[in-house]
Amino acid sequence: MVPTSYYLILSAIIFIIGAVGVLSRRNALIIIMCVEMMLNSVNLTLIAFARQWDNLNGQVFVFMVMAVAAAEVAVGLAILIAHFNLSKTTNIDDVNVMKW
Amino acid sequence: MDFAMIFFILVGALSVATAVGVVTSRVAVHSALFLLVHFATLAILYVTLNAQFLAAAQIIVYAGGIVILILFVIMLIGSAPLETRAGYRSWVPYAGLALGLLMLAGMAMTMLQMPLTPTDPNANQGGAPILLGVQIYSQNILLVELAAVLLLVALLGALLLARQPKTEETTIS
Amino acid sequence: MLESVWLLFALPALGALIILFAGRWMSQKVVGWVASAAVLGAFLVALGLWFSLAGLPAEARSVTVTWWEWMTIGAFHVPAAVLIDPLSVVMALVVTGVGLLIHVYSIGYMEHEPRYQRFFFYMNFFILAMLTLVMSNNFLGMFVGWEGVGLASFLLIGFWFDKRDDMYGWYADAGKKAFIVNRIGDFGMILAMIMVWSTVGTLIFTELGAAVHNLAPTTATIICLLLLLGATGKSAQLPLYIWLPDAMAGPTPVSALIHAATMVTAGVYMIIRTNALWHLSLDAGLTTAWIGMLTALLAASIALVQTDLKKILAYSTISQLGFMIAAAGLGAYGAALFHLVTHAFFKALLFLSAGSVMHATGGILDINRLGGLRHKMPTTYRTFLIGAAALAGIPLFSGFFSKDAILVVELQRNVALYLMGAVAALLTAIYSFRAVFVTFHGQPRDQHIYNHAHESPSVMTIPLWILAVLSVVAGVINLPFVLTLDHWLEPVIGEHEQIPLVLELLGITISIVIAVFGVLIARARYLTHEPWVARLEQPFAFLKPTLEHKWYVDDLYTFFIVSPLKGISGWFARVFDPKVIDGAVNGVGGVINEAGEVVRKVHNGAIPTYALSIFLGVVAVLFYFLFVG
Repeated sequence: MVPTSYYLILSAIIFIIGAVGVLSRRNALIIIMCVEMMLNSVNLTLIAFARQWDNLNGQVFVFMVMAVAAAEVAVGLAILIAHFNLSKTTNIDDVNVMKW
Repeated sequence: MDFAMIFFILVGALSVATAVGVVTSRVAVHSALFLLVHFATLAILYVTLNAQFLAAAQIIVYAGGIVILILFVIMLIGSAPLETRAGYRSWVPYAGLALGLLMLAGMAMTMLQMPLTPTDPNANQGGAPILLGVQIYSQNILLVELAAVLLLVALLGALLLARQPKTEETTIS
Repeated sequence: MLESVWLLFALPALGALIILFAGRWMSQKVVGWVASAAVLGAFLVALGLWFSLAGLPAEARSVTVTWWEWMTIGAFHVPAAVLIDPLSVVMALVVTGVGLLIHVYSIGYMEHEPRYQRFFFYMNFFILAMLTLVMSNNFLGMFVGWEGVGLASFLLIGFWFDKRDDMYGWYADAGKKAFIVNRIGDFGMILAMIMVWSTVGTLIFTELGAAVHNLAPTTATIICLLLLLGATGKSAQLPLYIWLPDAMAGPTPVSALIHAATMVTAGVYMIIRTNALWHLSLDAGLTTAWIGMLTALLAASIALVQTDLKKILAYSTISQLGFMIAAAGLGAYGAALFHLVTHAFFKALLFLSAGSVMHATGGILDINRLGGLRHKMPTTYRTFLIGAAALAGIPLFSGFFSKDAILVVELQRNVALYLMGAVAALLTAIYSFRAVFVTFHGQPRDQHIYNHAHESPSVMTIPLWILAVLSVVAGVINLPFVLTLDHWLEPVIGEHEQIPLVLELLGITISIVIAVFGVLIARARYLTHEPWVARLEQPFAFLKPTLEHKWYVDDLYTFFIVSPLKGISGWFARVFDPKVIDGAVNGVGGVINEAGEVVRKVHNGAIPTYALSIFLGVVAVLFYFLFVG
């Protein structure tokens, strides 16, 4: 069997790639995609541990994470569309209304 | 180096490659397609971890739902090239990368010292739909209810947020 | 009867409360009579206490009635209790008796005063506080009364706080001066109390006698000198007497009650009450005697050239208090108390008569504008004459016996003190009859005032007559060789030594000579203007400006103490407070403002930077859990 720690390292790598994506892209859609990637990496970790400790709670939690992620994407995209209707751009560098 | 390990390395590498593809594509549709493949590879990995139902759910929800949604939004919004570049762009990504590598180093140092393997390979059989279903609907029923409420709220919220702003024709008076 | 001592306090308190809350619906006369009735009730209770005490055998004449345990903090224990013994009963009788007469007098005197309700409330409150002072069985209770009478004095001196004239300045300032100067004395009292408790272990008077045996003489001296500081404040001695002449800004009944008969005697009472401590320190006693006599001499000399009738009487009070303090310092407590009692009678009489004169002349008391008033105000003249005779020590009046008792003790102990006392007595005789002759005899100096002068109503003259009778007969309280009062006080002050017959007779003779001579000098100088007086006066003429400036004491205090303090506080108000304190407070706000200006730049509104900070936090927490936690 593949040791659990390998899955954890893979998950960490995917998480980091997602985090860097969030920080470096300007298009808000890409950023939402990267956030989904980060969520998935966490799912992978949870399922790996569910197998490790033979505890089904990990998989149940992943189930809920998927539900939350779906809801979050829906709402996030709705916000994005609303903002686009207002300002005609998806560049998040232009979203700086909370500037001091 | 048995078959499971080779399989894992191949699928893992594909996963990482598509992830990099999501982040670095210039065209938004390409990013969405890379994301689709990434989700698929993750589903395969779930199967190897005895989470069959979740693998199916991953395909249905993520690949078949979320990515489609994103593609629809790309269609609506378009992906025109972006002009303005802010000053912090010069250092924020690299700072993020540095932090990420730091995190990876830390985790690697702790984890590779103790490669974990489940003790009894035949014990983890709970990923089948029936078993997961029994678990969810008996012990974790509250989670199901809360998720239902959450989805309802999200549905309403998304509906409200994405409406067209009120114009003369659309008001009801 | 002794158990009902609470009535002694309850009646004035009740009177005060009734006047305070219901006074606005009561007519002026009713308010005055309610106040007087309260004091009358207190007087009757005091009388009852005296009879009860007299019925007990001499050894048992010290009854403590405890009402409740006031403070118990570890070993520090102070009850709210009353000590009924010969000394406190005598003081209570004087306070309530003279107080009653003055209350009745005030009904007539304060007739035209719009704030009469407040006046009678303050007067009843004063009686309550004074009774607390004299009846309390421990230092702390006495101090509560001490402060209470100080407060009443302040309120009553500045009663007409919106009035201002050339002699007193703002009347409110006179009240302030009294309170502030008294505070210096109170500082001494508090330190003395702290020292007593920390060295002896008890604040209760009856326990002092047994507890002071192991007290070192130096400690006793320090305690007694601190008590003396308190006494000089309250009883207006050097160096803290300066408030009393300014206190004449208050209404005349106030001057009579507080600043002649009762409050200013609190210092003398306090020394007599704590005689257990004074017995241990002869040095402190001698210092007290010297201060008393110096004050007596100083004040008598100033009284000689004063032109305001009340101020003459004020300095006279300071002088006579000096006699009492000196007697207390020398250990002649019986003589001190005797003079206290007779002085209460004749000084109150003199003040009330002066008030009668003020009532007649519309407030003018400058004796250079009066004259010949005995034809227009015969009753006032007669009572004033009796008071002046008692003050001067004319034989067979009460003042003669009491002052002589003090002088004889001084003759026995310290001739220097005796000589000072004799000179002060001579000056007393001169200035008291100067007041009589200039005000009531001779030709009127201001015809307008003379025409308007009239006798006072009987509500004012009856107390005058009662006090006059007392001034004449009170000498029997403590006749030489019979010494009724001294024997009565024995449970409190112990046995007193007999004075040799020779000294007694010598003293009496010299006192008679002094008194008569003084009256003759006054008559010759101010009435018949004979030339031999001018020759007698010649050697002392150089002193006149100094006397008129009251020995420059007030000016010295202003120069050395008041002005520097005012300068310092002015500097604090103008410079320190706005620049340093406000600067510090505003500076803190300013620093925070500046810091905020800098820190707000963190919010650049850019989402990726926020995301970076979140990621940074995640990594930090992860590292914490991996390597530390």
